Amino acid sequence: MEHYLSLFIRSIFVENLALAFFLGMCTFLAVSKKIETALGLGIAVVLVQAVTVPTNNLIYQYLLKEGALSWAGLPDVDLSFLGLISYIGVIAAMVQIIEMAMDKYVPSLYNALGIFLPLITVNCAILGGTLFMVERDYNLAESAVYGVGSGLGWALAITAIAGIREKLKYSDVPDGLQGLGITFITAGLMALGFMAFSGIQL
Amino acid sequence: MASQAKNNVIDPIIDNNPITLQVLGICSALAVTTNMTAALIMCIALTSVTAFSGAIISLIRHHIPSSIRIIVQMTVIASLVIIVDQILKAYAYEASKQLSVFVGLIITNCIVLGRAEAYAMKNSPGMSFLDGLGNGLGYSVVLLVVAFFRELFGAGKLFGQTIIPVANEGGWYVPNGLMLLPPSAFFIIGLMIWAIRSWKPQQVEAPDYQIHQVHRTEVL
Repeated sequence: MEHYLSLFIRSIFVENLALAFFLGMCTFLAVSKKIETALGLGIAVVLVQAVTVPTNNLIYQYLLKEGALSWAGLPDVDLSFLGLISYIGVIAAMVQIIEMAMDKYVPSLYNALGIFLPLITVNCAILGGTLFMVERDYNLAESAVYGVGSGLGWALAITAIAGIREKLKYSDVPDGLQGLGITFITAGLMALGFMAFSGIQL
Repeated sequence: MASQAKNNVIDPIIDNNPITLQVLGICSALAVTTNMTAALIMCIALTSVTAFSGAIISLIRHHIPSSIRIIVQMTVIASLVIIVDQILKAYAYEASKQLSVFVGLIITNCIVLGRAEAYAMKNSPGMSFLDGLGNGLGYSVVLLVVAFFRELFGAGKLFGQTIIPVANEGGWYVPNGLMLLPPSAFFIIGLMIWAIRSWKPQQVEAPDYQIHQVHRTEVL
């Protein structure tokens, strides 16, 4: 239990996908002008991440890994080169399924998230989470915890930067730094803040 | 025709740079820039994927139904990235370990998909190839500049060769450890954007909120 708890905390703060690994930066910088939209996108990322990381873990463990096909009588087959294409396929399909399920059962949330759901397919935080899971060889339970944790960490980062940018609107920024430039500097300062967690051993 | 081809390659390098102006493909720009070697390999990988995916998607553009075009583009891009990944694993294993997940993340790099969607779906294969090449080069310029500063000031080296002898190996330079940490990449790109926009003021974004300048006569 303790192991999962520390993995969870670590994936939110210490190994924050956005600020320590720079994943999902395009959306992180482009969709962080308002807190509400940032929060909506954050929730969507948590949802998708919680579903896709464990699913991809099952695919990796039982289909792609070297020797994974031994249950089918093929112990020598190594399909790990097909990894990337299957993960992205799973992500695209999962996003589509979540979208349809939400449209049917929770239309209010579906309307609130709107265009963000399809956008998530090309958010590198999602594929990045899966690839880290494969690289670190998590089992199913660990990958479920990691999926939720890393999603939450990303949501936390984008909501925080949206809050800062809303305040920043009223400040007098030099012409050349206006918009994108100052956002980069802000993100850098936030990353410095998050570095304070990096010494923590869990 | 020749001038359009030239524009496709030259234009994205400074005037319409994918990173500093279009805000695309930033993730890897920040993550793989701690040393020049990794950055250079990443640049070559991304430029070739962008160029070839542009050409391939443009070749089949009349046969792709528009409702499933994203997934078709994704499949083409993912296949190309797998090829690059396998080549790296075979011939540059150390580098591919160092780049870890970021080679795989070229699939979700918005530059690749963005150029496929915005340019290759409407133009001929040759032009799309050049457009991909140009955008890849624009990305490479930013990556190499960032990596140059980070490696030089963070470790006193370039491409692993010592340029400034660092203090703990008997030299005079005390390396700036911050340069090797994630935040410095944000700062360097932020300052680079500032420099480019001061040079080319037409790229400056209009502020959302204008602070009212109070003139002396208004107060009176």
